[in-house]
Amino acid sequence: MVKVKVVERPPADLVVQSWLPELWKGMKVSGRHFFVNLLTQKGIVTSQYPEVKRAYPPRFRGKHRLMRREDGSVRCVACFMCSTACPADCISIVAGQRDDENEKFPVTFEVDFIKCVFCGMCEEACPCDAIRLDSGVHRAPAYTRKEELNGKEDLLSLGSLSVARQGGEFK
Amino acid sequence: MTLTFVLLTLAKILGFILVFCVILAAILTWVERKMSSIIQDRIGPNRAEILGFRAFGLFHPIADMIKSFTKEEFVPAGASKTLFFLAPAFALVPTLCAFAVVPFGPGDLVISNLDSGMLFVFAIMGFGIYGVTLGGWASASNFAMLGALRGAAQMVSYEVSMGLNVVGIFAVFGSVSLTAIVGAQGHLLWGWLPMWGIVVQPLGFVLFLVAAMAENKRAPFDLPEGESEIIGYFVEYSAMGFATFMLSEFLEVIVIACIAATLFFGGWQIPWLDPTGTAGGWITVAQVAFFAFKVLFLCWFQMLIRWTVPRFRYDQVMSLGWKVLLPLSLANILATAVVLALVV
Ligand code: SF4
Ligand code: SF4
Repeated sequence: MVKVKVVERPPADLVVQSWLPELWKGMKVSGRHFFVNLLTQKGIVTSQYPEVKRAYPPRFRGKHRLMRREDGSVRCVACFMCSTACPADCISIVAGQRDDENEKFPVTFEVDFIKCVFCGMCEEACPCDAIRLDSGVHRAPAYTRKEELNGKEDLLSLGSLSVARQGGEFK
Repeated sequence: MTLTFVLLTLAKILGFILVFCVILAAILTWVERKMSSIIQDRIGPNRAEILGFRAFGLFHPIADMIKSFTKEEFVPAGASKTLFFLAPAFALVPTLCAFAVVPFGPGDLVISNLDSGMLFVFAIMGFGIYGVTLGGWASASNFAMLGALRGAAQMVSYEVSMGLNVVGIFAVFGSVSLTAIVGAQGHLLWGWLPMWGIVVQPLGFVLFLVAAMAENKRAPFDLPEGESEIIGYFVEYSAMGFATFMLSEFLEVIVIACIAATLFFGGWQIPWLDPTGTAGGWITVAQVAFFAFKVLFLCWFQMLIRWTVPRFRYDQVMSLGWKVLLPLSLANILATAVVLALVV
């Protein structure tokens, strides 16, 4: 049996029903806001957006960036972990063989920002800290769908050096 | 009818209706937005700028005007074209006419000193229903028609109690002419209290304000407009047609403020100063300014109510009109009559 707690309505006595005292109370509230904000602007919470920008919280997830190794090449090893984890299925990678070492690298690496929900799953799935969402850059609106497809160069241009040693040593 | 009379009347029409009222209505659109925003702790419109000046968003009415003049005037398929274009005029013109009998200053400072003053206002405001119903019917849209029906029902019901509310005023001041009513409010009760309408008819004032706001169809009585469910008699209007409906709504706010100031706040009377209005000179200027101040205050007051109270349900509007306002205004008339019979 579900226990239902019945909350009695406060009785609508004549004071409430005559409506004017309650209206007066409401007018006092809106009148207070009116005069306080008119004279001092104290209560106003709006920020004047393009001129005044708020700092983003540190965990804000913006556009993806691909991190680099010490030699400047891309850290990604094209393991497809991120595209497998992605719930929106918006990462498409074509893998290739690196010449300098026995490792793969992404020939193309595309993130479709129309589909992306900025959940950060790709970032969590990546075994070698190659993809991050901490760029702080908004996904900008575009006129065509094609412009929303961000390729390897775009993502790398936001990237920076990472020397994380997750997943063991590398040469 | 001499030429001077015609010229003087034209000057008064130009000064009072076109300059004061229409410009005030345009400014009220700004006041409405700005006031709602600061009541809700926002800043409100402030982006329209001319040569780098923003003037607290005061240029927004100008931008609105340019926009509504240049937008496409859309006529829905199946609409009755003539009536569709006439309806906004039917809403606007009666509202403008109502200003004709409002005495905005002592003596000759009234466009037309009609003996039937207040009755003329009621008659001409009754025309406003045509704008609503025609606008809704000519749009050939079910939602517009619903809004028009709501509007007509609401306006008819509240007109009754609005008319009955001021009967008390007529009884106390012994006239329906607005000029005579303002003149009578220059008397003093017991030698010191200005005999303003609000002093002798406090209940009448409250009832009048409620009925008048319901008549004006603004929140909390905005069911004919129903922004949230988009049932409104002008839902099919765009550009200037819509702007005309909006303008007449704001003009009606000013009409209500003018009538309330005239009937209940002594019109141009400044307490204890020149009650007959014959002093002339700077005192006349002060009296006109004081009337303008009262009108501005009452406009502000109506907006404060509008941004405080949530909307009524439709059945609540109807039962408030017929079951509460009507009996109360009848009781008000009765009480006034009894007191008058005992005192006078
Ligand atoms: S943030 Fe989420 S949706 Fe966007 S690419 Fe990464 S996993 Fe896919
Ligand atoms: S970004 Fe990371 S998870 Fe995605 S393919 Fe490259 S290495 Fe694998």
